[in-house]
Amino acid sequence: MLHEPAAPAEVDYATSYKMRTGVIMFIIYAIVYAGFVAVNVLSPISMEANVLFGLNLAVIYGFGLIVLALIMALIYNAMCMKKEKELKNEDNIKKEGK
Amino acid sequence: MALLPVLLFVFFVAIVLILSFYFGRKTKSASGYFAAGGNIHWSVNGIAFAGDYLSAASFLGICGMIATVGYDGFLYSIGYLAGWIVALFVVAEPMKRLGKYTFTDALDSKFNSKGIQLFAAISTLIVSICYLIPQMVGAGSLVTPLLGLSHTMGVIMVGSIVIFIVATAGMASTTYVQFLKGGLLIIFSTILCVAIFVRGTTTEPDQGGKVPFYQYQTIQLVESSEGLTSSDSTFQVGAMKEVSGTTLIKVHQDGQELGWWIVTESPKTGTQIAEETQSIVHKFDGATWINGHPESDENQLRQVGNLTKIDGKTEDTGPVSPFKFLSNMGSKETIVKRWEKLDFTEGEDHVTVFAPVYTPGNKIMRPGLKFKVEGTPLQKIEFISLMMALFFGTAALPHILIRYYTVPSQACARKSTIVAIAAIGFFYILTLFMGLGAMSSGVINLTDSNMSAPLLAKSFGTFLFSIISAIAFATVLGTVSGLIVAASGAIAHDLLDRFGGLNMDDKQKVNVGRLAAFAVGLIAIILGIIFKGMNVSFLVGWAFAVAASANLPAILMLLFWKKTTAKGIAWSIVVGIISAIGIILLSPDMYVRYGLPREAAPIPLGQPGIISIPLSFLTLIVVSLITQPKKKKA
Repeated sequence: MLHEPAAPAEVDYATSYKMRTGVIMFIIYAIVYAGFVAVNVLSPISMEANVLFGLNLAVIYGFGLIVLALIMALIYNAMCMKKEKELKNEDNIKKEGK
Repeated sequence: MALLPVLLFVFFVAIVLILSFYFGRKTKSASGYFAAGGNIHWSVNGIAFAGDYLSAASFLGICGMIATVGYDGFLYSIGYLAGWIVALFVVAEPMKRLGKYTFTDALDSKFNSKGIQLFAAISTLIVSICYLIPQMVGAGSLVTPLLGLSHTMGVIMVGSIVIFIVATAGMASTTYVQFLKGGLLIIFSTILCVAIFVRGTTTEPDQGGKVPFYQYQTIQLVESSEGLTSSDSTFQVGAMKEVSGTTLIKVHQDGQELGWWIVTESPKTGTQIAEETQSIVHKFDGATWINGHPESDENQLRQVGNLTKIDGKTEDTGPVSPFKFLSNMGSKETIVKRWEKLDFTEGEDHVTVFAPVYTPGNKIMRPGLKFKVEGTPLQKIEFISLMMALFFGTAALPHILIRYYTVPSQACARKSTIVAIAAIGFFYILTLFMGLGAMSSGVINLTDSNMSAPLLAKSFGTFLFSIISAIAFATVLGTVSGLIVAASGAIAHDLLDRFGGLNMDDKQKVNVGRLAAFAVGLIAIILGIIFKGMNVSFLVGWAFAVAASANLPAILMLLFWKKTTAKGIAWSIVVGIISAIGIILLSPDMYVRYGLPREAAPIPLGQPGIISIPLSFLTLIVVSLITQPKKKKA
């Protein structure tokens, strides 16, 4: 095999679930990011609007995109770990059954 | 030359060399050399990602840009971080699953195609070289004030250390250098931000009492039949000049020439005034004059950047919270004194005038000063194109992608990306505070805004300056090491072993990898010397544009479209590279660099992503459909 990983890896039971979830979460984030670009282009003046703690929309949206990335990353990781565990247990039960 | 920065620098280099020796003795296999054996802990790998990614362009470039154009610089932070979402949700685990040592491995995992091997390796080399040059030039610029060495010596020294790091232990030593540097950068940037909040903001910053605040002179102007004259009889107004829509007048005092001053409206009274500027004159005989006197160690341009009003007031704020700091900066009643550069010739002399411009805080804290989001449709498209390249570029940078092979499993690849998002996201939030801190602290070097963050640290004392400068230097070491590992893998593994069919054994592959690292390191040194003094930060933009156009469509379609063929991937990479670089080379910005008028550029766009990314996708789809394998007859 030409392309085997540099180190032997464990069997991954949840690949298709993770790819599907990843694409959905990517689309959600891309929409929020596109919204940021759109507001800047279509109504740049609205970025001056005071939103929270004396901060304007530009700062809140910019920080929000950074924080949202981390929150979504943590949610994604939790979902993936849960599924990996679930499918691994199912596989173990099947093996024991045999 | 201060002793403390030198000691810290030597200490850091010593640690790096010891690490390289230690791991070098353990690195015998190709897997060890190119992928650190695939057994780096995900948390270490996550911080190493940050160390790899937060290059000189991020630390020095973004802070410098925020210091001069405000929020527009922060857009890079947002775009660079958002790109990690693509890496996490779409690329991280498949890259780990499909690849071995290089990004080409993953693309070629289903095909074993010579075309993919060749063009993906070329793409890796182009992106790596575009990224390497600014890092090496930055290294030379940093070493000069830090160690008192020439630019050339600085570049040679950095290049030699990096070659040593990579050639001894490859990815293992590179990972720990990046981990160390990433961690230190985040810790000390946080300390610098805390120092900014504790000091607060003042309208007359004096760098903690070390550099007295300079009061620029102004004179009241009066319209008369002879044109503009001074209301103060001790000043005389001479010639007038229009440069890029700005009016300059030559001012004399008691017969002595004071230079070109800017004609503007007083921010206090609204009346017409002339205000003192700063200037560099390159005389026809080769001499350089600064602010009307011959250049010397004592006579240099003054550092600038201050607020003339803070939320309508001129009092010091005292310690402020992060929120208050930002809300003060964004207030309509805050006035920021920025500086614009005006170039013209006067007789045989070349004159550069730096003239003050007053900008209200609400315009500083939203896009518009650099990216003309309120401009023409073309300027808006340019902005969209840049944001696209930043978003899609990260997940296609070869030196970032190879880090997925250093962890043991797909889950670890995912977790290390999350650590990277946390570390890099936190750092990018800090860039806004550091940049605005420099903007308001009188620490901006008018000829090199990249030094804003180190000079801001210097305003808090020698220790912080020394450590921030040493970390900035380490930033270059960490990123350059990662780039050389990526380029070395592309040459040894993709081009020679796979494409060239040399079928090397493990030991030969490591030796060739080391030789390739040495060769790429030498090229980096030469380019770093050749490009001295050039503003090459645009090359990082090239790297992102090429990566997003050439690599990302190939990765995404390979993962999500079953009809993707080897030829489709190879052609999409070629079209991505050519269209991205072609558009950049034919853009108005490049025409100005060639010394030609902007209007002569055949392509009005400077940011290629909006054209080259879809074009690369389209090429892949069309070529794949044309080259579908014939179904076997039953």
